[in-house]
Amino acid sequence: MAFLDISDLQKSFGPTRVVRDFNLAVEQGEFISFLGPSGCGKTTTLRMVAGFETPSAGSIRIDGRDVVNLRPNQRDIGMVFQSYALFPNLTVAQNVAFGLRVKGMPKAQIAARVAEMLRMIHLPDLGGRYPFQLSGGQQQRVALARALAGRPQVLLLDEPLSALDAKIRVSLRDEIRAIQKSLGITTIYVTHDQEEALSMSDRIVVMNNGVAEQVGTPYEIYNRPATRFVASFVGTLNLIEASVTDAGAGTVLIGDTAVALGRSLAGRTRVTLALRPEVVSLHPVEGRETRLAGRISDVHFLGSVIRIRVRVVEAQISLDTFNTSDAPPPRPGDSVSLSIAARDLMVLAD
Amino acid sequence: MKPARIWSWLALGIGVTYFFLPLIGTLEFSLRMRRGEYSLDAYRVVLADPRFQETFAYSVVMALATIVVGVLIVVPTAYWVRLKLPRLRPVVEFITLLPLVIPPIVIVFGYIRLYNTSSILPLTGTAMGTNVLLMMGYATLSLPYMYRAVDTGLRTIDIATLTEAAQSLGAGWVTIMTRVILPNVLVAVLSGAFLTFAIVIGEFVMAALLNRPAFGPYLQLIGANRAYEPAALAVIAFAITWICMGLIQLVTRFSKHTNAAKR
Repeated sequence: MAFLDISDLQKSFGPTRVVRDFNLAVEQGEFISFLGPSGCGKTTTLRMVAGFETPSAGSIRIDGRDVVNLRPNQRDIGMVFQSYALFPNLTVAQNVAFGLRVKGMPKAQIAARVAEMLRMIHLPDLGGRYPFQLSGGQQQRVALARALAGRPQVLLLDEPLSALDAKIRVSLRDEIRAIQKSLGITTIYVTHDQEEALSMSDRIVVMNNGVAEQVGTPYEIYNRPATRFVASFVGTLNLIEASVTDAGAGTVLIGDTAVALGRSLAGRTRVTLALRPEVVSLHPVEGRETRLAGRISDVHFLGSVIRIRVRVVEAQISLDTFNTSDAPPPRPGDSVSLSIAARDLMVLAD
Repeated sequence: MKPARIWSWLALGIGVTYFFLPLIGTLEFSLRMRRGEYSLDAYRVVLADPRFQETFAYSVVMALATIVVGVLIVVPTAYWVRLKLPRLRPVVEFITLLPLVIPPIVIVFGYIRLYNTSSILPLTGTAMGTNVLLMMGYATLSLPYMYRAVDTGLRTIDIATLTEAAQSLGAGWVTIMTRVILPNVLVAVLSGAFLTFAIVIGEFVMAALLNRPAFGPYLQLIGANRAYEPAALAVIAFAITWICMGLIQLVTRFSKHTNAAKR
């Protein structure tokens, strides 16, 4: 049995079912992200693990122990909140020591553990400050130290970086991941930011309408999305409608161009193909033998990258090219021939 | 100076005169006990009166007990209503406002009927029982002020998230109340406490009808029989109220927690 085992979890608020048939097995030390849009049920699922919401059905086991009927303070979990939730009346050191005092740890051990935690979050000298004297990033680090001080079995993070600015977010996510790895603590991280989920996680659970649409490694989620929702939610995606000309051989027609996908499309006359912007090039590239003729409709200059939209038959295909100072960017209206590889075309489920 | 500003100053001047003139008159009269010169004789007589000391001490003790009981009732109630029963807030607010619309004389007659010596709970049968009854009456009278002060304090902090944070760290309800919620609404509780103190010190109707030796009935007794001492007592009573108000301002201004919560 997995260290954290969630089986057939359901949650309804009145007639609204917010989490349905949720199953997940998390190994010890694993970093799992719940990724999805607002209202998809990711935070509710996390709160059920924490004990702040009671499941309508299903079980949650931590290290073999069913915790559904345990109160939050009996579950041995650490939690980090989006709004930091530091106790304003306590100093940084007192905040970190709070859980240890509740557990009745001797004072000397508390002092040592607090010092260790403050060193870990690189704020060893700020123990005497109050939360309002810290920046947002510092407050969230203290919240992380507080959650980890009691060495909980599971660490839960509910969109911990959402309230921070972009630069702090990037540095703090690396820090959280490094700390999680060094402590080997089983972690569930809720986010709606795909970049966070992709860069931090061992596995990602992509959720939509209360259902886990796909569970997989970041590589699998990005490159082999199981559903249309996962494909469209994670990363930028070009969708191309194509008619099937040879279902057995997997040949489709995009406009006038026949493309052999090399996989069976039995029983289908039309398919939706998906293509990531980074596998499309404006110029011939070895290994990308399929050519699609089109016309540039939009050019967006984004600094180091130029995003170009090309109309191919009825589809709008986005692609990114690097900005080079010696070549001016293409102009809207230019005719182009896009190069793609058939293997990069994903066939979405109906 | 613009005409609008002149009218503003004039309105302020009339208001200040209306408010302060009787006070200045009372203060001036309280200093006239010695014929032909100002003195503190009236204050000396009042402060030396053993009945003043007894009734004032009694009212102070009652006020402190009322504050403790009020805090024990109001803080958990306001917290729980905000955390778990937000839909009941209008109902609870209405209940806490009732003491403002029901005269104390009605409340105290109700108490006497409910808790007299022939009732199941004969609180008026003993002095201690009557003291408890009076204290509960005071707690009722101060409920609108205490509840509003605490509720306003709770509004300034995210009690739901702080509660969940404390729970995730292993804290039970008692720890959450005593080490997370109460310290963070301490300024609000103190504001409510000082208001309660001021109300109890000057309360007359309940104490008189329950026949307890409180400061309010003593003020009335002296007022009926003496000339200068009642004026001195009125000034003392005002001073106590103003000191309470000043303390509310002081704790609000110097509270680290309030500053923290506001940021």
